[in-house]
Amino acid sequence: MNKAERNEEYLEYVERQTPKTGWFNSLFHAFIVGGTICCLGQMFGDIIKAFNPTMDILRVGSWVNVIIITITILFTAFGFFDRIAKFGGAGTFIPISGFANSISSCAIEFKNEGLVFGIGSKMFFVAGPVLVNGVAYSIIVGLIYYICLLF
Amino acid sequence: MKRIGKYTLEVERGCYIIGKSSLVGDKEKGGTFKKYMKHFISDDRMGEKTFEKGERKMLEIIAKEAVKSSTLKLSEIDLFLGGDLTNQIVTTNYVAEKLAVPFVGIYSACSTITACLGVAGALIDAGGFTNILCTSISHFSSAERQYRYPLEFGNQRQSYSQWTVTAGGGFVISTRPSNIKITKVCFSKVQDYGVVDIANMGAAMAVAACDTLCNFFKDTKTKPDDYDLIATGDLGKLGSDILRDLMQKRKFTLGQNYADLGHSIYLFEEELYQGGSGAGCASSILATYIWEKMMDSTFKKVLIVATGALMSTTTNQQGDAIPSVAHLVELQRV
Repeated sequence: MNKAERNEEYLEYVERQTPKTGWFNSLFHAFIVGGTICCLGQMFGDIIKAFNPTMDILRVGSWVNVIIITITILFTAFGFFDRIAKFGGAGTFIPISGFANSISSCAIEFKNEGLVFGIGSKMFFVAGPVLVNGVAYSIIVGLIYYICLLF
Repeated sequence: MKRIGKYTLEVERGCYIIGKSSLVGDKEKGGTFKKYMKHFISDDRMGEKTFEKGERKMLEIIAKEAVKSSTLKLSEIDLFLGGDLTNQIVTTNYVAEKLAVPFVGIYSACSTITACLGVAGALIDAGGFTNILCTSISHFSSAERQYRYPLEFGNQRQSYSQWTVTAGGGFVISTRPSNIKITKVCFSKVQDYGVVDIANMGAAMAVAACDTLCNFFKDTKTKPDDYDLIATGDLGKLGSDILRDLMQKRKFTLGQNYADLGHSIYLFEEELYQGGSGAGCASSILATYIWEKMMDSTFKKVLIVATGALMSTTTNQQGDAIPSVAHLVELQRV
């Protein structure tokens, strides 16, 4: 048996042995945690709107983002955001809280390496790829949108 | 030193472990070997500013305590062999500077301790060395930031991942007779079966452990039942199940006397997944539980097969598979 065949056979065997994550549980947890975060966001928005009825809805949205980001960073700094995330998975990662956590956790972690080469260069260690992908995909979607508008 | 078969070496002159010490973190102390892990730390940073400095301080205590327990003085140590998981084994390098004894760094990932004991055995058998200090250490927080994500980053681990232990152990190997003797050494070939998933190190390392064990049994014409304990380093639950299967296929049955130290170090808790891993896993349990059980003669013949995954984050990101290694030492109660 050559090496490639041997490896293939072994990897198939490992695949069979490896425990799978239950998709129903993961989805349910993400639904509960993500849903709660979104409800909280809605609540903050409604409260702001109640106090400033004339405020533009986009402006309310920005304030909600600011509040959620601040809370996430505080939770990260006090060290219990990762516990919520461990339970919630994508439920905490997809809303803006995931983004805030990925940047703040890196900033905390690498502060010992200094302001420039620590925090400065490592802060986007996790969030960087997300940003780059986000920008790249939005360009693609924008192009498609533009082409569609031509016809 | 005599060669038996193709891979195994037999230590002919006496080569004894005369001193040991271990230091473990909070989580490890609360695990299965609670009764045996008497020396522990509750502050991961050891009062220092960074985890790396804390790890260094831990290792310094381990090294000095090991020498102290052997009733030797630091100046009587001829050579210091050791390694850890940080890049360039920098923790051990700094400690070696403080100890001021000749030092050779050995990196063999999580199998560092058996690599050190094996080399120490060979050097002592060759003559010219009387006392050799061997250590290995791993630290969850310094390893995690190097190999994975920042500590506070919220993500879900794979259910088959392992938890790097905060623990370390040190041993003094000498020509001076004591109760525990290094009798045989079997250095491992590096195996690569194409496992790329960095979370599934158990599967990557099981093949190396299987190869070394089979070579050793064939060379020495023994079988697993001849030993009181066969302990692999840190395969985790999944890895040790795979090893049992692989050994079974090669007609060696691992019975009740087989245990994986990584799988056993923590009590069953969901958040720790398949168990512990790390260079300190095998050394800390060897210096505590296995040591005491050998001292009271519960275990007379023990095989330690610490397993190591030899990847780096760079090669892993480039899509290369994880090469693995598993050095073996045979210890006997005399």
